[in-house]
Amino acid sequence: MRNLITFIWKHYFFFLFLSIEVLCIYLIVQNNYFQKASFVNSSNLLSANILKTSADVEEYFFLKGENEKLAKENAELRSRSLVSFSLLENNQYFVNDTAFRQKYSYISSKVVNNSTNRRNNYLTLDKGSKQGIKNNMAVITSTGVVGQIKDVSENFCTVMSLLNSKTTISSKIKKDGSYGPLTWEGESFAFATLHDIPTHVKLTKGDTIVTSAYSLTFPENILIGTVESFERKSGEYFYTVNVKLSTEFKKLSHVYIVTNMMKKEQEELENRSEMDK
Amino acid sequence: MLNEIIRNIVRFAILVGIQVLVIKNIEMGRFINPFIYVLFIIGLPFETPKWLLLFSAFAMGITIDLFYDTAGMHAAACVFIAYLRPGLLKLFSPRDGYEFGTQPTIQYLGIPWFLSYSGILILLHHIVLFYIEVFRFSEFFTTFFRVIVSSVFTLLLVVISQYLFHRKKAQE
Repeated sequence: MRNLITFIWKHYFFFLFLSIEVLCIYLIVQNNYFQKASFVNSSNLLSANILKTSADVEEYFFLKGENEKLAKENAELRSRSLVSFSLLENNQYFVNDTAFRQKYSYISSKVVNNSTNRRNNYLTLDKGSKQGIKNNMAVITSTGVVGQIKDVSENFCTVMSLLNSKTTISSKIKKDGSYGPLTWEGESFAFATLHDIPTHVKLTKGDTIVTSAYSLTFPENILIGTVESFERKSGEYFYTVNVKLSTEFKKLSHVYIVTNMMKKEQEELENRSEMDK
Repeated sequence: MLNEIIRNIVRFAILVGIQVLVIKNIEMGRFINPFIYVLFIIGLPFETPKWLLLFSAFAMGITIDLFYDTAGMHAAACVFIAYLRPGLLKLFSPRDGYEFGTQPTIQYLGIPWFLSYSGILILLHHIVLFYIEVFRFSEFFTTFFRVIVSSVFTLLLVVISQYLFHRKKAQE
């Protein structure tokens, strides 16, 4: 026993190195495989506040473009305002209508941290559990899909961007409805890849890709992008499509968080059917 | 001694500030992500106790992780190069050891020494960091290209910053 202690003491540098490295790997693994709110992410108080101040300053540089975008969107909304909008707390918008039941509600939010040049990109938004944000909610902008909520703290949340190796979005080709999973290969922030499109579909450059109805998170028909090119790899019976993304991830500053109000009901029903099998 | 500690704490804060407030916001193409904060570990004094070396590298890495949302990746890479630093210093040491009171900088030990010493540490740091981030070998060459390009840029920034500090010292 004494020999062991002497041995460890003699090589304490190596053992200390090993234990710290194991701690690091534990943190990485925990963050990757369990979608828990881990301590070390940018939604914690200290770093989120510094990043928020930094984003506040940066925001002034984009005011002009942002105003134009908002004005355009306002005009678009006004042109189809057949229904009345009622403003509630937390910028959530609900619609009252007797013929339709509302399925999705939208919360507007500001991006305080963003990245596009890494393999796994994340965003931080300035809305959190206080505003009713939960894990796995969808995040979109007026121009298309952004990502999915990953971690939530009291006033902030982090978003797993579409530009992430772990993101998969169920999407379809708008003109004929054939669907497949969309992933990001890490090459460029302007392009993603759509897999498993059957070869009988007549694709042309410029075809619109939207989200499919099979996702519990995303509403149907949210724009993702357009077909840039497609190929059939030898030995496969499917097209792999290169999709030009419609969202400009470099310019994100205001986004919408989408709540699926019927998600729980659908999930419970599906779980019950699963169990019966 | 106390002076030295304060000097390094200030260096820590400045480098974190530069990394997360300036460099993180500059887009230099999608393959280039320089990490100048490595200079903190490179520039720690020769007399730093080994355990302190590991702990300060861990503190640096985890602070950067907080801002980059990477939970432990930067910490792992930092601790790795901090572990290799004493051996590397021994390998590159002048014939009669390092003079007391000198620091691992260009002005004390010259450009060739500094370039090889910091170049190796930066390259190792970037290799560990980028491969942990990707965590697969299918993108081996893309990742390798990123490692090389980013390392060159980090080294460039580190050398430039050394000259900035040097000039300041001459004025004092």
